[in-house]
Amino acid sequence: MEAVEENVVHTDGLNLHFIHNKKYKTINIVVKLKASLERDTITKRALLPYILQQGTLNYPGKKELQRKLDDLYGAVLSVDGSKKGEQHIISFRLEVPNEKFIPDESKIVEESISLLSELLFNPNAENDAFNQKVVKREKDTLKQKIHAIKDDKMSYANMRLIDEMCKGEAYALHVHGYQEDLEEITPENLYTYYKKAISEDQLDVYVQGDFDEETLKQQLVAKLKREQVNTQATQVSPTNKNNSGELTEVVEKENIQQAKLHIGYRTNCTYHDDEYFALQVFNGMFGGFPSSKLFINVREKNSLAYYASSRLESQKGLLIVFSGIAPKDYEQARDIMNEQLEAMKKGDFTDEELEETKDLIVNQLRETMDHPQGLVELLYQQVLAGKERTPEQLIKGIKAVNREQVISAAEKVEADTLYLLTSKDGETNE
Amino acid sequence: MNKQVYEEISETLYTKKMDNGLTVLLLPRPEMAKTYGLFTTNYGSIDQTFTPIGSDEAVTVPEGVAHFLEHKLFEKKDRDVFADFGKQGASPNAYTSFTKTAYLFSATNHIEKNVETLLDFVQDPYFSEESVEKEKGIIAQEIKMYDDQPDWQSFMGTIKSMFKEHPVNIDIAGTVDSIHTITKDDLYTCYNTFYHPENMIFFLAGNFDPSSMMELIEANQNAKTFQKMDEIKRQFPEEKMEVAKPEARQTMSVSVPKCTIGIKDSVSTLTKNEFLKRELLQSMVMDHYFSKGGDFYQELYQSELIDDSFFYETNLERNFGYTLIGSNAQKPEAFSSKVKEMLLSTRNNDLAEDDFSRMKKKKIGQLLRAMNSLEFIASKYTHYHMLGIDFFNIIPEIQALTLEDANGFLKEWISEQQLAVHVITGE
Repeated sequence: MEAVEENVVHTDGLNLHFIHNKKYKTINIVVKLKASLERDTITKRALLPYILQQGTLNYPGKKELQRKLDDLYGAVLSVDGSKKGEQHIISFRLEVPNEKFIPDESKIVEESISLLSELLFNPNAENDAFNQKVVKREKDTLKQKIHAIKDDKMSYANMRLIDEMCKGEAYALHVHGYQEDLEEITPENLYTYYKKAISEDQLDVYVQGDFDEETLKQQLVAKLKREQVNTQATQVSPTNKNNSGELTEVVEKENIQQAKLHIGYRTNCTYHDDEYFALQVFNGMFGGFPSSKLFINVREKNSLAYYASSRLESQKGLLIVFSGIAPKDYEQARDIMNEQLEAMKKGDFTDEELEETKDLIVNQLRETMDHPQGLVELLYQQVLAGKERTPEQLIKGIKAVNREQVISAAEKVEADTLYLLTSKDGETNE
Repeated sequence: MNKQVYEEISETLYTKKMDNGLTVLLLPRPEMAKTYGLFTTNYGSIDQTFTPIGSDEAVTVPEGVAHFLEHKLFEKKDRDVFADFGKQGASPNAYTSFTKTAYLFSATNHIEKNVETLLDFVQDPYFSEESVEKEKGIIAQEIKMYDDQPDWQSFMGTIKSMFKEHPVNIDIAGTVDSIHTITKDDLYTCYNTFYHPENMIFFLAGNFDPSSMMELIEANQNAKTFQKMDEIKRQFPEEKMEVAKPEARQTMSVSVPKCTIGIKDSVSTLTKNEFLKRELLQSMVMDHYFSKGGDFYQELYQSELIDDSFFYETNLERNFGYTLIGSNAQKPEAFSSKVKEMLLSTRNNDLAEDDFSRMKKKKIGQLLRAMNSLEFIASKYTHYHMLGIDFFNIIPEIQALTLEDANGFLKEWISEQQLAVHVITGE
């Protein structure tokens, strides 16, 4: 196993993470701004990534910015917002060729850091307001995005499940924000909010590739340093409601052919806990892979679903089951899913299946680590959870899981809410 | 075993031609956990008319045989090869294109076993009348699925509008009628000719020891026997420079019309070096004008002629080539006439020195970034190797390009007769 070398330096209002490897011909820089997920700020935070990539003070239009990126040997930039547990993260990602591979070039990385600094600290704004035209156009883009969720029935059903299941919890907030907020957002108040976020959000910078750490550290500190401010209390414990033990069922109807059956469970275990490894293995056997119980029983044996799988939200402590089924098969599919969870709780699996699943998870982790963005996301989990756990420890932990631990993790899993999006007549054949 | 070190890009490639003719290329990447294996035959949907191994007479086989063969190779007398890879922790796959058929896996352990499984299943066909008949229903479903896909219809529709004679104009999967005429003997004829080791390349990239891997592959190959092979004679009809149909329309269920403009290339007379230069310049020019920061893109976007679905691609092969530009378009006529006008204007607009130097930088960066991916390296190296070009030497070739090369290319690139427009509108 090749060790991941990550050096973390806390300095000047920044957390710098240096990941050294020779896997890539590029340098990847990822900047993450983290704040707690809140109703008052979510729409602003959803809108900001769209606005920030349209240009900066010195490269005010998309064309000028793109030319600069092309000059940096076709550097690729993206900015996006996401929610992890009850925290919101704005990520800036910049990938540039490593100048080692380009004769007579030695400033590409340094200039990329300057450009990143410009994107973060010098947006296209004047008189304490973002450019009005840009704000107007990008509001439209976000509005379309908010509407488009309804077209993707799988994401829509997932969003509705979380709405119902996590009512009153920050986790229920929509990652794209809310249309009704957009009218209230002005170039001025958005800029004021951004100034606050850029100085108060926790700021983590990941640099990955083959580089001289001391040189890069100096450049990063010089260009990205911030006043030492009170960053918001960084660890937010998820606000879980007490589970009544009763399963809530929500059924909605639309003009669709294929029904979506999504079930949300509380795992009563998060990334932070020692039992996390066993929970991962449990999920792998239950619904994480094509060899899992859900896929085999719902799809292969009973041909009820086009897909049937499960996924963990490990920062929040949720397990979500997803499936696409014929509307008439709803009860049968639900019963089979419940049986699979009960089977896991009873330890109804072979040692061979246990070992194969552990291998699959380790394999998946190792492939993730061969992907530059994948590795950064894996490492950032530690920042999100406030818990140090290197990839090596992760793999070791998975390998050490035994049968009893999987059963114990399964026993803690409690069904919370079932969401069914089905056809209007409920009896469509296909 | 030949060892070639490419210092500028820190790559070391080990190559050996086996006694049976198979070219083996090994690229160790010890920092990676993953290994990717790609076994490619220089045989695709365009190879329809050829002289089979051991015969003097040319034959023409039904449309869709190459793709049919790809499906059937996974099936053995007693099992499906997918399951074998699964037990060894690997994910296998395969694809058929106009010019190639490729079989592949990726894995992080049991690498030697997976390499043997890949070589063995491709080199040990099992075709029976019964299984060939069974497959026809499945592939017919696949063809019907493509019939319902507007993007695929738009792609093939534009290709057919450009090419009158060249077999690039037939669907890769064939038609429902053509695949029903395929027999077990057709499969063996094509297999024995085109899957001869002499016509194939095995590329492995990732985490393994090259010496022991080469020994393992050599032992595997030496244990098999193949017929003696001369050069394969393939026949292609004469294709004129002008497009088959300058404008074509089709109706199917789409909410917004789709419009694609094709530029037909003539490449058959190019030497190796001219070919590479042409390919590089063509993709650089397309990026320059049509990528999101580009002038043409900006103009189309601001006049609301295109949306997010806008795309362009360019593909040059040994004996055909084309470039496509397309989008969902509310006003397909306005879009196509604007794009045609833009394309025809390129011959009169010289590029400036600073633009061209930026284009070169972008191209070099794109290549380096793509080389982070083992899948990309394996498929590109194989592709260029079959054309006699060393993929790992392309960066110096880009650096050597001059503004005169680019402007000279633009003057000759496009004339009206090479353009075809294909429009899909709702029913």
